[in-house]
Amino acid sequence: MAENLLTATGLEVVYGGRRGVKVLHGVDIAIRRGETVGIVGESGSGKTTLGRALLRLVDVSAGSIHFDGRDITHLPEAEMRPLRRRIQMIFQDPMASLNPRHTIRRILVEPLLLHGLAKNAAEAEARVAKILERVTLPAACLDRNPHELSGGQRQRIGIARAALLEPDFVLADEIVSGLDVSTQAQVLKLLKGLSADLGLAMAFISHDLSVIRAVCDRVYVLRFGKVEEEGTCAEVFANPKSDYTRILLDAIPLPEINPGWLDPKTGIEDAA
Amino acid sequence: MTASLLSISGLSAVSDREGGAPILRDVSLSLERGEVRGLVGESGAGKSTIAKALLGILPRTVRVTGGTIQFEGRDLLTMPARDLRDIMGAQISLIPQDPQTALNPGRRIEAQLTDGLRLRRGLSRREAHVRALKLLEEVHIRDPERVLRAFPHELSGGMRQRVLIAAAFALEPKLVVADEPTTALDVTVQKQILRLIRDMQKVHGTAVIFVTHDLGVVAQICDSVTLLYAGKVIEAGATADVLQNPKHAYTKALMAAGPRYDRPDAGLEPVPQAVFEQLRAEIGIR
Repeated sequence: MAENLLTATGLEVVYGGRRGVKVLHGVDIAIRRGETVGIVGESGSGKTTLGRALLRLVDVSAGSIHFDGRDITHLPEAEMRPLRRRIQMIFQDPMASLNPRHTIRRILVEPLLLHGLAKNAAEAEARVAKILERVTLPAACLDRNPHELSGGQRQRIGIARAALLEPDFVLADEIVSGLDVSTQAQVLKLLKGLSADLGLAMAFISHDLSVIRAVCDRVYVLRFGKVEEEGTCAEVFANPKSDYTRILLDAIPLPEINPGWLDPKTGIEDAA
Repeated sequence: MTASLLSISGLSAVSDREGGAPILRDVSLSLERGEVRGLVGESGAGKSTIAKALLGILPRTVRVTGGTIQFEGRDLLTMPARDLRDIMGAQISLIPQDPQTALNPGRRIEAQLTDGLRLRRGLSRREAHVRALKLLEEVHIRDPERVLRAFPHELSGGMRQRVLIAAAFALEPKLVVADEPTTALDVTVQKQILRLIRDMQKVHGTAVIFVTHDLGVVAQICDSVTLLYAGKVIEAGATADVLQNPKHAYTKALMAAGPRYDRPDAGLEPVPQAVFEQLRAEIGIR
C-alpha cells in the first residue's frame, strides 16, 4: 500500500470569527500517493470547505494537515509557496477561474515560467503543445480567449493547467457539474487517464455519487461537516454501512424502469 | 377518436441572435390528458425552446417559421393575444427551474400564491387565503400559515420549489410545463420533489411536459419521452421502449455516457465522434 501524501486529522473550520458557524466538526482524511479519493455530500455538508482547508485556502481552527510528511497546518504563506506548485486545483467554473482577458497561450505558459519549470518561453511553449495534445485540444486554441471555447474545452484547459505543473496532488471541486453528459464522460475519462499517467493523488469533490463511482478509488461521505462513512468505492457502493449513504444512493434515479422507486419507503428519507 | 390535449406539429424556429440559425427543426409531438412526457436532450437541443413556445414566452430573438401548437384543438401560435392570456397560467402553467429566482423576493408567499386565485378565479381575499392553505398542505408543507407569511428568502430551496408547485397547480391547469424543476436540488430533495409532482399530477389528472437532461429522471417519472438533438426529434416513444430498446445510435451512446453508481465502468465512454457526424448528416447541418 502506498504511503499517505496528504493527511488531515481532527480538522475543524469556523466561518465568521469567534462566534462563527462551525462547518467542519473534526474531519479525518488521508490521501495516498497515486490514489483518487472522492469527497461527496449534499449542499452544506462541508465538502468544499474541506477541500479548501486541505489546500490551506481557509484557516483551520483545530486539527492538523500534513503534506508529504510535513506539518503544514500553520505554515506561513512564504513557506507554503514552494509547495503550491505541487498542490494544484481544478475549479468548478473555468469561466471564472481562467482570466477572460488572457489568451489560452498566456494562461498555460505563464505558470511554467513563474514556477521555473521552463527556462524560457520556447521551452514552455513546447510543453504546452504537448499537454494540449494530451487533453485533445487543437493548437489553434492557444490564440483564443476562454470565452471562445466550449464548456468542455475550457474544463480541459483547467485540467491541462493543473497537470502542466507536475503536481503531486490535485483538488478537483465539482469540475463536471455544469457539463452535458457526453462532455462529462470525455472530461472524466481524460482526468482518470491523466492521473494514472502522472501518478497523481487527487481529491475529487462532487455531489454526484455516480460520477464519484466512475473515477475514484475510495470515497468519503460527508454530512453536516462530519465524515459519515469512508471506504473503498467497491465496498461503500455495494454495501453501504451508513443509513445516510444508503438514502443518498437510493435517491439517485437510474435510467431504467423501476416501478415503486418514487413511492415512500417507511419514512427513512424524512430523516435525511 | 378524441383529440390529443396537445399536439405540436412541424414546429420550426430560428434564432435571430445566431444569424437565423435553426433552433427547432420540424418538431412534432403529442400529449394525451394526464400523460407525462419527458423532453430530453443536451444543451442546445431545443427542449427549453419548446417549453417556452408552449407557454408563449419565446424571447423576441426567436422566430417561429412554421408549424402549429394545437392545445385542445386551437393553435396557440395564431390565437388572439387575449385568448392566449386566458390560457396561460390557468390552463397551461409552469414549474420553473430555479426556485431562487422564480419568486419575487419582495413579496410574501401569500401574495404570490393568491394573485391568480383572486384575479382569475375571482376569489375574495379570505377565500384565496383558505385555498392557498389547502394548496400548501397538498404539497406537504408543515405549518402553512407561517409559510404564507414568509418571504422567499426565509424558505429552503426545496420548500420554495414546493411553493412553486402549489402555484403551478393552483388554477387546476390541464397542462403543466416542468422546466428542469429539480436540476438545482440535492438528490434527496429531488426525489421528494419528483414524487410530489407525480402525486399532484395523478390526483389532478394533469398532463405534464417534463424538461430534463437526466435520463434517470425520465425513467422514473415519464410515461413517454422525446429525445432531441440540435432542435430535431431523434427518438420518441414510450419510456420503457426507448430506454430498454433504443433505436438511434445517439440514444444508445447517451445511455452509455452516463455514470452509474451501480456500475464502476460506466460514465467514461464519451459519445463517439462518429455518432455526432451521423447526427449532423441526418439533420443536414453543414
